[in-house]
Amino acid sequence: MSSLLTMAIILAAILGGAYVFRFAGQKITNNAPMFRDMGYGVAFGYVLAAALLIWAIWYYFQPLETDAGMKNAGVQFFRWAVQGFIIAAIAAFLFRLFGQFVGTAGTRKLFRSMPLTASFGILVILLYAIVAIFAGAIAPYGQAEILGAANVTAGGDPALGGNPEYPLGTDQIGRDILSRLIYGAQNTVGIAFVTTCLAFFIGGSLGFLAATLQGWLDQLLSRSVDVLMAIPSLIFALLLMTIASVWAVELGVPLTIFMVLIIAVIDSTRVYRLARAVGLNIVVMDYIEAAKLRGEGLGYLVFKEILPNAMAPLLAEFGLRFCFVFLTIAALSFLGVGIQPPLADWGTMVRDLAPFINFAAFAPTAAITPLLAAGAIALLTVAVNFVVDWMLHKSSGLKE
Amino acid sequence: MDGLSSILKIVLQRLGLGLVTLFVVSIVIFVAVNLLPGDFAEAILGQGATPESVAKIREDLGLDQPMITRYFSWLKGMLTLDLGTSFAQLNFANFGGAGTTTIAEQIAPRLSNTMFLAAVTACIAVPLAVTLGILAALYRNTAFDKAANMFTLSSISSPEFFMAYVLILFLAVLNPIFPSLSNIFEGMAFSERLEKSMLPALTLTLVVTAHMMRMTRAAIINLLASPYIEMARLKGLSPMRVIVKHALPNALAPIINVIALNLAYLITGVVVVEVVFVYPGIGQLFVDSVKIRDIPVVQACCLIFAAAYILLNLTADILSILSNPRLRHPK
Repeated sequence: MSSLLTMAIILAAILGGAYVFRFAGQKITNNAPMFRDMGYGVAFGYVLAAALLIWAIWYYFQPLETDAGMKNAGVQFFRWAVQGFIIAAIAAFLFRLFGQFVGTAGTRKLFRSMPLTASFGILVILLYAIVAIFAGAIAPYGQAEILGAANVTAGGDPALGGNPEYPLGTDQIGRDILSRLIYGAQNTVGIAFVTTCLAFFIGGSLGFLAATLQGWLDQLLSRSVDVLMAIPSLIFALLLMTIASVWAVELGVPLTIFMVLIIAVIDSTRVYRLARAVGLNIVVMDYIEAAKLRGEGLGYLVFKEILPNAMAPLLAEFGLRFCFVFLTIAALSFLGVGIQPPLADWGTMVRDLAPFINFAAFAPTAAITPLLAAGAIALLTVAVNFVVDWMLHKSSGLKE
Repeated sequence: MDGLSSILKIVLQRLGLGLVTLFVVSIVIFVAVNLLPGDFAEAILGQGATPESVAKIREDLGLDQPMITRYFSWLKGMLTLDLGTSFAQLNFANFGGAGTTTIAEQIAPRLSNTMFLAAVTACIAVPLAVTLGILAALYRNTAFDKAANMFTLSSISSPEFFMAYVLILFLAVLNPIFPSLSNIFEGMAFSERLEKSMLPALTLTLVVTAHMMRMTRAAIINLLASPYIEMARLKGLSPMRVIVKHALPNALAPIINVIALNLAYLITGVVVVEVVFVYPGIGQLFVDSVKIRDIPVVQACCLIFAAAYILLNLTADILSILSNPRLRHPK
């Protein structure tokens, strides 16, 4: 009850503070336009932001241990988050600076007009690519290697059940979590990438084919896509995975391969729609007419005439599609029907390590492992989205 | 009168199209399940299948009939809410368990739980998203807009379970405000039920609000370029008044559309969130049945999800027709 009262008092203070702020501003600056024309809402926003900032700084410098010797885990997490944010911002800034002076004239120009979010996105994607490609060299242990001790907590502090040899601890059957996180980049991102490429190959070629040939083939494909898109994709994927899991046992093929095929087919419907729409605009062009009159074959038309001209929208779509596929695979793995062990995978890791969160109040470092795996997924999708957002903004030429 | 009959025609057309889609989707689901190697009978009996018992069960379930007959009897069952009995329950009965419950009895309470969760989410998310979207459009390209853009982009791109665990960490473990497990049962007081489903609802709110807010902002900014807005501005109205009185009524159609589409999106999101919070909804039942390959339940849940999804998309379609005067009065 008292906390509600405190909140009400703080809210009232901010509400009143906004009036005071605007009035004082008008008096001090002698009615500068900024204060003279300021709406009450804007003044409220400024004061609210200032109050939040003050609270954040106050909270950041709270002691890490309470008087009773208990850990103040909330402060610890807050400090980590703030430090992570600042490091990310500085890294993105330095990367942009680096890009402005290194590289060809074209990339230098690109980097000059780039917002920080986009340069952060590119930096993260590059880092993930490096980790994924060189996972075998970076990871201290193998992904399925079962080491001596199980359930070693993260942090490497022997007093808390850690071990300096395993900085992020080991999981319930004694595999090194750091190594599995690194291999996860290879497996999860790699499989998502292959799936997206497959979806683009299927959806793109069928879409262009439908746009070029039109007629009954176009009708047939488009109506089938309509039906497939009427079923929510995660639900449909789960249904097909149930069936595939029986087939996988029957045929002795890994379930992961079925998953790649299923998600590629489901996602190719979205690619088909885009490819067909873009293709329809291209096939009415004169150069297509000319190519047809020259007597070029269907393959030439699709791959040499239509594809190069449809590249830009398809590339932006590739980024977004990759995010969707990546999240679907992560969700399936989290639900236990996606990428199968012994392959290390972030979705499965989150599910397996989730109970550690309950120890957050006593050992913040132990609780962070499931969040690291989930955060690794989130970070990559956020990065790709930042880059795609910037690309779309740039190509649309919108300023507002 | 003429406008009314033509709009009725469009709406009826859409409804018919929706029914046809649902029918075809039911065929797809049925055929997909029939792609299983072996058949139901062997799947039910598992390793202890003898030829006689397999034949008996095939006869009981009508598996010796041709596929088309089976499809129509399945469809009839679905329409009359007779969804059959799950494998798990059949097994239970085979091993001497007392009276079995049918799938319909299993699903009904869970479906209402899921509806409750979706309703709570919508009650929080819709007003929040529309307000924030209007504010972002009003103060576009300011620090507030940029911060909101970054925040929504991040929450759209994060997986639902990441959001869920972050919320658990801060609102359940570090500051025990809400329970992290939603053990909901029948006959629970409304307030207690609300408290227990708060964390899953908040997780879904975070994901859905981001979508809705971005689309609301885009819809309003799109309108702000129109001449009549320019006129309203030139006549000296305050920015807030321009947006609420002039832009919002015209942006209502896309916004209603966005809300319906996002409720449809909730249906997929609910599966993962229910699993994280062990919320006894239909998504949880679906995932559990997928894991033990309980085909009849998977089939029924899948059809329910698809029907809800199609229905909401249809509602979005029809509402956007109804709210567009140009479609209501075609030339």
